[in-house]
Amino acid sequence: MTEKGTSLWKDAWLRLSHNRAAIVGMVVLILIGLSCLILPAIAGVLQDPNSQNLIGKNQPPNAEHWFGTDQLGRDIFSRAIFGGRISILVGLITTFVAVTIGVVWGALAGYIGGRTDALMMRIVDILYALPFLVIVILLSITLQPWTSKLTEWTVQWVAGEGPTQLRIGNVRTWVEPITSLVPLFLAIGALSWLTVSRIVRAQVQSVASMDFVEAARSLGLGHGRILFRHILPNTLGPIIVYTTLTIPSVMLFEATLSFLGLGVKPPNSSWGVLIQEGANAMFANPWPLVFPSVLFSLTLFSLNFLGDGLRDALDPKSAK
Amino acid sequence: MLRLAVVFCSALLLASCQRETAVERANREKILLVGNGDDPKALDPHLVTGVIESNVIRALLEGLVADDPAKDDAFPPGAAETWEHGADFTEWTFHLRRDATWSDGVPLTAHDFEFAYRRNLDPVLAAPYAEMLYFIKNAEAYNQGKITDFSQVGVAVIDDYTLKLTLREPVPYLPGITRHYTWFPVPRHVVLKFGKISDRFTKWSDPGNMVGNGPFVLKEWQFNRHVEVSKNPRYWNAANVKLNGIRFIPIENFYSETRAYLAGQLHTTYQVPPDLVDKAKAENPSDLKQEPYIGSQFIRLNTTRPGLNDLRVRMALSLAIDRKALCETIFKGYQPATTLTPAMGDYKPDAVVGFDPERARALLAEAGFPEGKGFPRYTLLIRSSGARTTSEALQAMWKKHLGILVDIQGKDFASYVTAQQSLNYDLAVAGWIGDYLDPSTFLLMWTQGNGNNNTGWSSAAYENLLTEAAHQSDPLQRFEKFRQAERLLMEEQPLIPFAWQARNYLHRPEVKGWHPLLLDNHPWGSVSIEP
Amino acid sequence: MFKSLLSRFLQSVLVLFVLFTLTFFLCKALPGGPFVSERARPKHVQEKMEVYYGFDKKTHEQYWLRIKHYLQGDMGLSTRLEGRPVIEVISQAFPVSFQLGLIAMAVAIAVGIPAGCLAAAKRNSLIDTGSMMVAMIGICLPAFVIGPILAEFFGRKLKWFPAMGWSSSLPSTWVLPAITLGLAYAAYLSRLTRAGMLETLSLDFVRTARAKGVSPWNIVVRHCLRGGLIPAVAYLGPAFAGIISGAVVIEAVFQIPGLGRQFIKAIESRDEGIIFGCVLLFGTLVILANLLTDLLGLWLNPRLRKSS
Repeated sequence: MTEKGTSLWKDAWLRLSHNRAAIVGMVVLILIGLSCLILPAIAGVLQDPNSQNLIGKNQPPNAEHWFGTDQLGRDIFSRAIFGGRISILVGLITTFVAVTIGVVWGALAGYIGGRTDALMMRIVDILYALPFLVIVILLSITLQPWTSKLTEWTVQWVAGEGPTQLRIGNVRTWVEPITSLVPLFLAIGALSWLTVSRIVRAQVQSVASMDFVEAARSLGLGHGRILFRHILPNTLGPIIVYTTLTIPSVMLFEATLSFLGLGVKPPNSSWGVLIQEGANAMFANPWPLVFPSVLFSLTLFSLNFLGDGLRDALDPKSAK
Repeated sequence: MLRLAVVFCSALLLASCQRETAVERANREKILLVGNGDDPKALDPHLVTGVIESNVIRALLEGLVADDPAKDDAFPPGAAETWEHGADFTEWTFHLRRDATWSDGVPLTAHDFEFAYRRNLDPVLAAPYAEMLYFIKNAEAYNQGKITDFSQVGVAVIDDYTLKLTLREPVPYLPGITRHYTWFPVPRHVVLKFGKISDRFTKWSDPGNMVGNGPFVLKEWQFNRHVEVSKNPRYWNAANVKLNGIRFIPIENFYSETRAYLAGQLHTTYQVPPDLVDKAKAENPSDLKQEPYIGSQFIRLNTTRPGLNDLRVRMALSLAIDRKALCETIFKGYQPATTLTPAMGDYKPDAVVGFDPERARALLAEAGFPEGKGFPRYTLLIRSSGARTTSEALQAMWKKHLGILVDIQGKDFASYVTAQQSLNYDLAVAGWIGDYLDPSTFLLMWTQGNGNNNTGWSSAAYENLLTEAAHQSDPLQRFEKFRQAERLLMEEQPLIPFAWQARNYLHRPEVKGWHPLLLDNHPWGSVSIEP
Repeated sequence: MFKSLLSRFLQSVLVLFVLFTLTFFLCKALPGGPFVSERARPKHVQEKMEVYYGFDKKTHEQYWLRIKHYLQGDMGLSTRLEGRPVIEVISQAFPVSFQLGLIAMAVAIAVGIPAGCLAAAKRNSLIDTGSMMVAMIGICLPAFVIGPILAEFFGRKLKWFPAMGWSSSLPSTWVLPAITLGLAYAAYLSRLTRAGMLETLSLDFVRTARAKGVSPWNIVVRHCLRGGLIPAVAYLGPAFAGIISGAVVIEAVFQIPGLGRQFIKAIESRDEGIIFGCVLLFGTLVILANLLTDLLGLWLNPRLRKSS
């Protein structure tokens, strides 16, 4: 009996769908992701995350406030959802940029070797040792006027020839949190790709020294093909794992930058900021810390299972 | 294999457990463990300006007049036993103790005071706080290099134990001012051993070299870890000093500090963060102290910005703030401010600002922004390490009562200060801590060109009132002039005061000799540990 | 070998020089300067201070002067600490960070690598999922959450260890900070080790070894460990340099007098002397750490040796 030929991707999807943990992870991620991205845009669903009620502060979870209230009486549930929007965007976009740059840089350095490798890795050393905080402060100052210009331009572009003031208003509340964070994306992305490149380089070096690569080379295959179709797929494991590790550190790093004025501006918040603020007074009032942390952890666990599942699915050698 | 590892690790951990807490040990040794907020920048009184440095320096050096452990307005003798003044308060004579010596045995004389003032005012040394000495006649001119002969400055050594000060204007509250470390003596023989009088940083104030006339001597300084001082047996009042030593522990993170106190590592803390106050009150009510402090919190306004140049707008912003709610919810223990200067002694300024949202709305409408329509979109500048909650509350109040939107921008410390000094801001959350118990410490900064003004506002009438006050020798008349000046300032609202500071801190009951003081200048020689 | 070491050394000098230059111009671009203070200083005082610290000279003069001083071993003066030599400050802070870093790394390696190996060996079993979930907790709950929890529980409630502080002679102060810092890195190390080991375990020679009847333990430790540790080792290099130059959050939570606190204060107060000192020290550590991990990588993977 002949087997029907399938592509790598179809095969991978089949394998993935049998991995229960990965599927659960994917579902949870989609749920959280959609809630955080869509719910805030629909009016009336969530309470105003910035509406303060100084009398009703520090409440534990109850019928009106599912996650309780913080020290200014704001509803933690809606703050967590609105905050999730920022965190997920920051985490995904920045990590994607960082991993892409890091993989390309590290792969080239590891494969080409010699002087090019030395130059590329010394550049990484320099960038790694630079005082990042100084760069962040400088970026937040120099990019300030550009950010507002970017916001205006994006609002115009999205709204088109928007006739009513109201329409512009709505679009702005959606666009502004994202465009105002562009300096943040740049700043974090610029730092995060460095360690990725080192790990990828090490992995590529190791795989490139293996016999099957020599075999491919002796077959006359071009360098590009060897690198992208033979070496990189075998380095996917650590790359995927490190990606799932980078996302949480990016989200938490964003909190540090937000406190320095570069990231999300008060009263807006993100999971990182909520967690850091909540951690300070955790023994006086744990609720502001608990729920954002739980959401954060759930997202990352799911990402993790999905990532592991992807890795297993894409790995040609792990066929059962 | 795994089991072996677990056993090994557990044994390691058990072996490294502590036997007794830091406080238990310190109580035995009679050493006071003080949370002091941050590491001092230096211990040379002529190189620093801060409260943190003041706490340590006051243990090592003593001025003409000492701090009283219980009363803000008492002036017990320090290095000077008695003093008298001329009829118009411009001439003061201090009679020093004859048996006083430095901690190395060298006698303490009036020459040391003259040397200290000459050094602090030396134009080459460029002491950052030299202006505290400007009360002395010609001191400012000498400090600016306009005159080079120090004998023209109003400091005269009549004999080894008599010091005469001639001031530029009547200063009835001079004894209070001499309690500030900028007026302390420094050991001339030690300073000159390590350099010239105008040499900035020398090793004279390092452990092992430093010599002082205070109740303690400098024993050890490990940066960011602690400054340790031990009892000075040659202090004139050493017989009454009950502590054997003090360890000043710099803790910048006040959540860690509170935790350290509750874990038995500190006797007294620097500050309890507001969101931990309620819990501290519930669990350690007798340890929590909430005492008024000589500080004022306000919003600085850039009156050169369109909109903010209109007095009605400024007043509207001010009247829309519910100060009571802010203090009760966020600040815990601070008092709602009705004017800039907190009450001190006999000075009672008028109450000008409060919470009146209706009047605020009316003023805003009058200024041309009914219900906030068309109001410029301002940014409220805050220091990124604090004030986030305060700024969010203010933002919400202005939106609710005036219908205006204000953005919040956090900046790191240096950017935050620079923005204000270069008038590159709209509104800024700021504060001021007084140096001595006199309203001038809060009022003199709002003059034109003063580096601490930064509002773009000035008023000739205001400055005239201040000058008149300076020339009053009758203290009550002086206060009256200040009251009028402050009222004028408040009616113009180039700044919006919102709270008078209090100190919330934790303090162990066995530490005695510690009473609420507005300046928080507890004399270390009067503190004792009685478990 | 000698040639490559010499070339590496020359590269390192170049790296430090570029680092120095970039840092210099970054600092000069920062608003404020070192003489900004909340209590404004009279102009004539500020001018004198600028002269004292050499800030009145033209920018490029300051640049060359600073290079010249560094080549002579003079790290300059701290403006925040009113003229104290930078080298005094750094020589007190660095040993603390180094000690903390060493202990934390030991914890991280001792916990993380075996955990990763175990998880990879018993793939998809309960041990695997369980230990990886614990690792994820270490990653999701950052140091500023775990640190205070440990300090509160072991420091305040049980009073076994001090809740804050550090003394090089008192082991009780090492435990909580080292565990907090170590576990965070252990979490990363365990996941990277697992990923690397999985890659190696799936190679053909492992199938051969298994078919030959080699015990699982031998397969993991003697055959796969070298290859499987590659991503972990590549991560360790920068991680180690990062730990030593000041785990800032840990220092803030436990108030440890290390380099991180000094560096943060220096940036806040625009104290160029200390900023330069820390950056160059950190740069040297990064270079050293990368060199060591590259060498370790060569040892782990003999096939790379012929190309080096």
